[in-house]
Amino acid sequence: MTAAATTAEELRARVRDLLAAHPPRDTARTDFLRARFDAGLAWVHYPEGLGGLGAPRTLQAVVDAELEAAGAPGNDPRRIGIGLGMAAPTILAYGTEEQKNRFLRPLWVGEEVWCQLFSEPGAGSDLAALGTRAVRETGSGDWIVDGQKVWTSSAHTARWAILIARTDPGLPKHRGITYFLCDMHAPGVEVRPLRQITGEAEFNEVFLTGVRIPDSHRLGAVGEGWAVARTTLMNERVSIGGMRIPREGGMIAPVAAVWRERPELRTHALHQRLLELWVEAEVARLTGERLRQQLAAGQPGPEGSGMKLTFARLNQEISGLEVELLAEEGLLYEDWTMRRPELVDFTGRDAGYRYLRAKGNSIEGGTSEILLNIVAERVLGLPPEPRDDKDLAWKDLSR
Amino acid sequence: MTAPTAPTTPPTLPTAPTDLLYSGTEEELRSAVRALLADRCDAKSVLARAETGRPHDPALWHTLAVEIGAAGLLVPEKLGGQGASHREAAVVLEELGRAVAPVPYLTGAVLAAEILLGCDTSEAAPLLRELASGHTVCAPAVPLTLAPGAPLPPAVRDSGGGALTGSVTSVADAVAADVLLVLADTGLYAVPAASAELTPQVPLDLTRPLATVTLRSATGTRLADPATARAAVAGALLSGAGLLASEQLGLAEWCLTETVGHVRTRHQFNRPVGSFQALKHRLARLWLDVASARAAARAAADALATGAPDAPLTVAVAQAYCSGVAVRAAEECVQLHGGIGMTWEHPAHLYLKRAKADSLALGTAGHHRGLVADFAELPAP
Ligand SMILES: Cc1cc2nc3c(=O)[nH]c(=O)nc-3n(C[C@H](O)[C@H](O)[C@H](O)COP(=O)(O)OP(=O)(O)OC[C@H]3O[C@@H](n4cnc5c(N)ncnc54)[C@H](O)[C@@H]3O)c2cc1C
Repeated sequence: MTAAATTAEELRARVRDLLAAHPPRDTARTDFLRARFDAGLAWVHYPEGLGGLGAPRTLQAVVDAELEAAGAPGNDPRRIGIGLGMAAPTILAYGTEEQKNRFLRPLWVGEEVWCQLFSEPGAGSDLAALGTRAVRETGSGDWIVDGQKVWTSSAHTARWAILIARTDPGLPKHRGITYFLCDMHAPGVEVRPLRQITGEAEFNEVFLTGVRIPDSHRLGAVGEGWAVARTTLMNERVSIGGMRIPREGGMIAPVAAVWRERPELRTHALHQRLLELWVEAEVARLTGERLRQQLAAGQPGPEGSGMKLTFARLNQEISGLEVELLAEEGLLYEDWTMRRPELVDFTGRDAGYRYLRAKGNSIEGGTSEILLNIVAERVLGLPPEPRDDKDLAWKDLSR
Repeated sequence: MTAPTAPTTPPTLPTAPTDLLYSGTEEELRSAVRALLADRCDAKSVLARAETGRPHDPALWHTLAVEIGAAGLLVPEKLGGQGASHREAAVVLEELGRAVAPVPYLTGAVLAAEILLGCDTSEAAPLLRELASGHTVCAPAVPLTLAPGAPLPPAVRDSGGGALTGSVTSVADAVAADVLLVLADTGLYAVPAASAELTPQVPLDLTRPLATVTLRSATGTRLADPATARAAVAGALLSGAGLLASEQLGLAEWCLTETVGHVRTRHQFNRPVGSFQALKHRLARLWLDVASARAAARAAADALATGAPDAPLTVAVAQAYCSGVAVRAAEECVQLHGGIGMTWEHPAHLYLKRAKADSLALGTAGHHRGLVADFAELPAP
């Protein structure tokens, strides 16, 4: 307890020093963020020199609160979510010193946006079945990549990508994979917008044709890519629970607001459903809060694996109710113009958009079916389905 | 892909900071209660007692109430209790729910204790001491379905000079009580159970007996005036509803654990039935619900313990959520045990009956959702 308190004080002192040396009013946004990174106040649990101080993760809140109070600029995590939530922890865990020093700072500052080149037309839930090939060139030692990725969020704004590719088709599917950091501006990378259910193109198809990746951009050992990818996926799924939402925050807020402001729309049937969902949203908030407290007390619980499932279901049910509540207005949509947004944002959009976009919550980052399997097997210890693909070479699998 | 940030809405009630974890002391208390129940309250003996029509186990109650000191958890030390809080009482109820234990804890150590504490009179103090010591069992003479926020029944009249007349149905644990707390038009009375007529009713929940209490010019000690009495009962119902969520949590947990254990070992079609995805997904969902029920129940216990301003909302949320989870857990337990789950020998039915009865006790989920509507300012059409 005392140690943490001292550290919180130390952090406050560091924040004061940072603000004194770089008054937010007179400092350009990017310069301020770079200085914050260099002061170890970006993500305090990261090591010194890499934007952190090796402090307990929970103390980040202290830093964020102080900086927000001082009106310091932030690094819009919604725009760089894949970098922060997925690329960074993986690079931290598996990267060389050189890779960590090269990539983490521009990633955190938001100067370089990241995307995730994992899914393929033939490999989504069964990600390890992927077929994109990386072949090592004799002489240069570079890797030459050919294949197609799909549903790649932010590929159109990304400077870098985390990429998994097959480097040995003769091995069973989990063993012949290698993990790379791919330059999205390299010759042979082609990004085509993929229009989605909402009308916009938030994700893309990415074609990789003879893309050259130097071996220094390989993350982890050759053939060990699956273990590296699991680190990414785990971070993807837990990144939700740490967030603190206020009571009636999130998706329930706009529906509750409409309910209060528009008495003419109320019906008894909708009232019952609204109250059920309001209660469930409040319980989900408390469950997330409990998870946060468990993490702070150093006793991580398995609840983390559940939060994404819960939010996916709630977001879908609540946004569905909202469209229905709006009656005639629910028949309308804001704008079907094909756009390529820079960030995914549920607020400031209409109910129809929320309804349609929320459908992705149970697909992106692992479908709800796959997450239920994970809960059943890893949390409850239920036996896995019988499977016959474990020892077969990838090239011999049926496709 | 994560949850969006909220647009500004009028905050309805301040959100009090909540401690949703278990403290070391609470875990110690849990171990003590769990060990006792494992020893003396296995499903077989619960069922055997239930079949005799006298489900309560006075010896078990004595150990729990007196030796572990659970009866007086909510009572301050200066009144002979443990001076603990709703958080500790909630942990006891989790364990009692896990064991469907037939003891008058919710009625006596929670509802009756809270009523007496709410009276805060010199007449109530001695009875509170006896209750806290575990030697006297008190039960409130109100229907088990009476809900916080609902109008209190005017069932019993004072027919002159403190002679009480009237009858109350569905009084839980009355048959185990030494003293009944009777809400009459002239105030609150402590009436010796011996001077009331108790007619046992056949309960759906075999582990929490119900009786009709009839008073014919019975006399008792007046503990509070009508206004104080009604406020005390209303406050007790709030605490009772909030802590019932913990009993429901414990019950749901048992059902989940027991069912997972069963489907892992039961084979059909040459593999464990628990390896079929249809069942895995049902159980994974149930696990999610139980994890959420824990957060809701803990929030209610903590809000009651700290007297948080949003306690009535937090209690309503916990009841609106946890009763449904407990019933579903028990229903899944029966279903996923197959034929075994339908037998009298297997304890699943004891849990189903308790869960279903609990969903009516102290207000249904629907009633509590109505309260949520009031607190959150989401009015009906
Ligand atoms: C909005 C959005 C953004 C995305 N962004 C990215 C991104 O940036 N980068 C990236 O790499 N990917 C991205 N994805 C892809 C996403 O990860 C995949 O769509 C997802 O993993 C599912 O794979 P799939 O689409 O191939 O579906 P499939 O695997 O073909 O699944 C089809 C259906 O079968 C079910 N199913 C599959 N296997 C099982 C099983 N074993 N048991 C039970 N049911 C099963 C699935 O749950 C699903 O309902 C994004 C997807 C969406 C919707």
